[in-house]
Amino acid sequence: MEEGVFQTLGQYLAFPFVQNALVAGTLIALCASLLGVPLVLRRFSYIGDGLSHVAFSVMAVAAIFGLSNNMFLVLPATIICAVLLLHGGEKRKIKGDAAIAMLAVGSLAVGYLLLSKFSPSANFSGDVCGTLFGSTSILTLSKTDVILCVALSVVVLLAFVFFYNRIFALTFDETFAQASGVRTGFFNLLLAVLIAVVIVLAMNLVGALLISAFVIFPVLSAMAICKSFLSVTITSACLSVFCAVTGMLISILAGTPVGSTIVAMNIAVFLVFRLIGFFCAEKKL
Amino acid sequence: MFCLRCKDLIVGYGVHPVSSALSFEVEQGDYLCIVGENGAGKSTLVQTLLGLLPAISGTIEFGEGFEPSHIGYLPQQTALQKDFPAIVTEVVLSGFQNRIGWRPFYSRREKLVARKNMVRLGIESLAKKCYRQLSGGQQQRTLLCRALCAGDRMLLLDEPTASLDPQATESLYELIRRLNREGMTIVMVTHDLFGARAEAKHFLRLGKTPCFGTADQLLRGGE
Repeated sequence: MEEGVFQTLGQYLAFPFVQNALVAGTLIALCASLLGVPLVLRRFSYIGDGLSHVAFSVMAVAAIFGLSNNMFLVLPATIICAVLLLHGGEKRKIKGDAAIAMLAVGSLAVGYLLLSKFSPSANFSGDVCGTLFGSTSILTLSKTDVILCVALSVVVLLAFVFFYNRIFALTFDETFAQASGVRTGFFNLLLAVLIAVVIVLAMNLVGALLISAFVIFPVLSAMAICKSFLSVTITSACLSVFCAVTGMLISILAGTPVGSTIVAMNIAVFLVFRLIGFFCAEKKL
Repeated sequence: MFCLRCKDLIVGYGVHPVSSALSFEVEQGDYLCIVGENGAGKSTLVQTLLGLLPAISGTIEFGEGFEPSHIGYLPQQTALQKDFPAIVTEVVLSGFQNRIGWRPFYSRREKLVARKNMVRLGIESLAKKCYRQLSGGQQQRTLLCRALCAGDRMLLLDEPTASLDPQATESLYELIRRLNREGMTIVMVTHDLFGARAEAKHFLRLGKTPCFGTADQLLRGGE
């Protein structure tokens, strides 16, 4: 039985499209969890959700106009929304959570409305479902998509390592960072652009509705047991990669949807870490 | 020798002034308390002194050899720091943000100075402790230590005792007093007028008729 499983897995792994999916999925999970640390700690957990809804809406528009490669429309539009959401910090009229909720629901409704009226394909509900929950599209990634994933992950990783101490200062205390001469505006902008890019990439993998899980779960799991910012960052990156890889393998073997399987893995890991954290805290008391 | 001198300074947001014209001077080794009602412009003044807000009119002048980067700032605590996963060392080291320029990491010397400052404030035993598990007083000491790393000549404290119980307040005042005796210039914004009277050498009271002077002068002026 066990041998059978490994044999099947081996057969699947020999396919280039499966390899592509694994590489892209791992890298996206890694980037999302890294960016998730400052986002969750600054109470922007929902931003992934909001932006992915925006991306959904733009994809709908792209589909109506029959654009085959919608990346060039979706990416800039999502980046603009991310900048609008994260920019201005605490001095805006509509506060962070309300702004994100407004944008998310609004763009979801408009996107669905447009698609239902002008959908070019016959399988309208199938299209919508695929975009929202992730379809098999991770298995149909082209070579260009994978290269794009690798390049952007390298950029995110380098930016994160190079600016690590600034990201910490900014996340822990924005006022102090500003008084210390950190260009907070620039870093908020950088964070917004990076998260938008990761989300657009992640949409192919898990679909619009499930992206938040990538940003939030690994960070919360890590926070359950880690004490320092550095260990939270490293642990959440490792957990995210682990969940993405095992989730994808399970989904291949069991024939389940990729996105929801990875998210289910994340939930399981989160529960385990919460339990560990709980018992460690008990012991100390 | 003065290290900070403000002349007819009016602070505010955009074109809306919050304060009347303020004139005061801070000398090296001084201990200045800034008091005033809510909305009198205390926080706005702090932000203006730090260069985060432009002054509406008037001048801020720094003494010879004194630069804004010599000021260590202790802001009020924010809500999201309460459950922030960071150890004390990480928080203290972030005080060197204004020194690192384009370097991505802190230097060995900076880590050494951070260590020394932790010893100076008696928090070296907390170095590996998680910030969110500390008491209010310990958290405030940690942030004070970060301010010491940021500026070695003047500390600008924004309501440092706001969320502390009387005992922790007293020991924080004592610590600040000691730093002052060691030559550190202290500028403190506070609500705690009673506590401040025992501490400070000079006062600046904001409001409709701002006044600046020693505690005695301020009391006589207020009557």
